[in-house]
Amino acid sequence: MSEVLVLVDHVDGAVRKPTYELLAIAKRIGSPSAVFIGGADKSAAVADAVKAYGADKVYVVDDAEIKGYLVAPKAEVLQQLAEKASPAAILIPASAEGKEIAGRLAIKLSSGLITDAVDVQVNGDDIVTTQSVFAGNFTVDAKVVKGTPIIAVKPNAAAPEEGAGAGAVEEFAASISDAAKTAQIVASQPRQATGRPELTEAAIVVSGGRGTGGDFTAVEGLADALGAAVGASRAAVDSGWKPHTFQVGQTGKVVSPQLYVANGISGAIQHRAGMQTSKTIVAVNKDEEAPIFELVDFGVVGDLHSVLPAATAEIEKRKG
Amino acid sequence: MTLSNIVVLVKYVPDATGDRKFEADNTVDRVGVDGLLSELDEYAVEQALQIKEKRADEEITVTALTVGPAEAEAAVRKALQMGADKAVHVQDDAIAGSDAVATSLVLAKAIEKIGVPELVVGGLASTDGGLSVVPAMLAERLGLPQVTLAAVVETQGDQVRIKRDGDTATEVVGGTLPLVLSVTDQSGEARYPSFKGIMAAKKKPLDTFSLADLGVDASEVGLGAAWTTVENVTARPPRTAGEIVKDEDGSGATALVDFLASKKFI
Ligand SMILES: Cc1cc2nc3c(=O)[nH]c(=O)nc-3n(C[C@H](O)[C@H](O)[C@H](O)COP(=O)(O)OP(=O)(O)OC[C@H]3O[C@@H](n4cnc5c(N)ncnc54)[C@H](O)[C@@H]3O)c2cc1C
Ligand SMILES: Nc1ncnc2c1ncn2[C@@H]1O[C@H](COP(=O)(O)O)[C@@H](O)[C@H]1O
Repeated sequence: MSEVLVLVDHVDGAVRKPTYELLAIAKRIGSPSAVFIGGADKSAAVADAVKAYGADKVYVVDDAEIKGYLVAPKAEVLQQLAEKASPAAILIPASAEGKEIAGRLAIKLSSGLITDAVDVQVNGDDIVTTQSVFAGNFTVDAKVVKGTPIIAVKPNAAAPEEGAGAGAVEEFAASISDAAKTAQIVASQPRQATGRPELTEAAIVVSGGRGTGGDFTAVEGLADALGAAVGASRAAVDSGWKPHTFQVGQTGKVVSPQLYVANGISGAIQHRAGMQTSKTIVAVNKDEEAPIFELVDFGVVGDLHSVLPAATAEIEKRKG
Repeated sequence: MTLSNIVVLVKYVPDATGDRKFEADNTVDRVGVDGLLSELDEYAVEQALQIKEKRADEEITVTALTVGPAEAEAAVRKALQMGADKAVHVQDDAIAGSDAVATSLVLAKAIEKIGVPELVVGGLASTDGGLSVVPAMLAERLGLPQVTLAAVVETQGDQVRIKRDGDTATEVVGGTLPLVLSVTDQSGEARYPSFKGIMAAKKKPLDTFSLADLGVDASEVGLGAAWTTVENVTARPPRTAGEIVKDEDGSGATALVDFLASKKFI
């Protein structure tokens, strides 16, 4: 069975959930080979983690020489691995970085690239991807017709599947060109842990907009009662109430959770672009004419500062 | 290194507030709908102009470059009105339906023809197909480093420093010219063309190139040459109208929680 390369998404050796989703997809196509580019001291723990979710092989690429050098060296690593392993496909997390690695790799390998896949299925000999385009108004099925399919997959495209793979660890020494080591991270401030789920990975997202007036207490209270991630509209971000990483929309994160709760958000097209593929949509807005109500499964016309705390208290009560 | 040339990549896109459609061959309909300079590329033009203005002691030429149909001239015209010095429009019927791979090829060849500048600036993403991959592909083709998704841009001599919100950290990224830069809508409001700018733009040079001018074979671009193919396009079924209640004396909260419970979210 052909190998399927899966680029491991991790922060200093802590494997992120999209990696497991990619491994589940890789199993549909062939034999999953995880590619870990990171610190050698973390490789054993990473290998154990990805093996538990089905990796048959784990390529370990020590990043001592390339750490901090952005995407170009990683694209070179994957190119060299692809030339060695002739994989059936290469799966990369569709993060900002992942997409750029994929873009460079596509040119290097003269291979077709599909980004932002929300599903990947095998149909006979074809690997068919599904993408959601134009603010979620259309669904597109596509496939790669040249070279090795390179697919950047969005979070939540598949459920992680536990089940051990062979997990054979193989060290891979890539040779990185000097040209790839020219743009560099000079300072990095890790995101402060919020104790809440990741916005793009969460099953429930509770967002606040300009209607919060800058006070997110009610929004965060409901989020915590539901075990949800917190999001924000651009108006809330531009006002400095939340950092840009909270922004949902065309120029922020695109989320597709089971439940999206929009509070004090009017529903501008750029905001919709980031949330309208959510399974269930709920809104609280004091203006019954707000366009967000066109999208909702359930809406409350009312003041979020009274509706949300009351709803939060009611949820806590029912949970007992 | 002194900075003498900046190329800014601008794309002509269907208006997002209009009705965006697909053609029978599953390509984006770029002709039958109103289009404009992609909003997100206005930020790229703005940053290019700001860099030029801040480095007033250097002779910097800002060239706006677009690849697209005849109507796409509107995109470079707008960039000229904002203050770009020159424009290049690559137009050829064979380009229609090109994917990001082919687009990056045409952009790279056009840039080589203009003369590879010290700095290429692009936007965050096309507001239509929006993959955010063209700048990375272009950097790969030109053999240049990329410094992308900048929320804040600073340049000094041959050094470029940007700040960006990464997925897991806020980062400062540094690179040395020549390089490819892309900027987000956090980088600062784009200026409106002034009346003076609009008048001045009429006299600025605008070159139109065909594929033959760039030495690109028509078989390398367009729908037929795409490395990916679209099998199917389905319009999302319209959402069925939901239930909307008015909050009166706390009734809204109870109704909301009942709804969430009925969907098993609690
Ligand atoms: C290039 C570009 C990119 C953009 N990208 C994004 C993006 O990624 N994400 C994004 O969100 N936007 C984006 N926008 C901005 C977008 O167009 C809107 O301006 C923005 O989404 C509005 O945010 P809002 O809904 O919070 O604010 P508003 O539109 O001002 O709406 C506030 C809402 O709150 C309601 N309200 C007020 N008080 C209360 C209360 N006490 N209780 C309940 N409801 C209340 C009001 O009735 C109103 O409907 C972008 C714009 C541009 C030009
Ligand atoms: N046809 C084009 N002409 C000029 N610039 C383009 C074109 N396509 C993409 N770009 C540039 O590349 C950026 C990212 O595009 P994309 O990868 O399509 O999301 C855009 O914001 C533009 O700056």
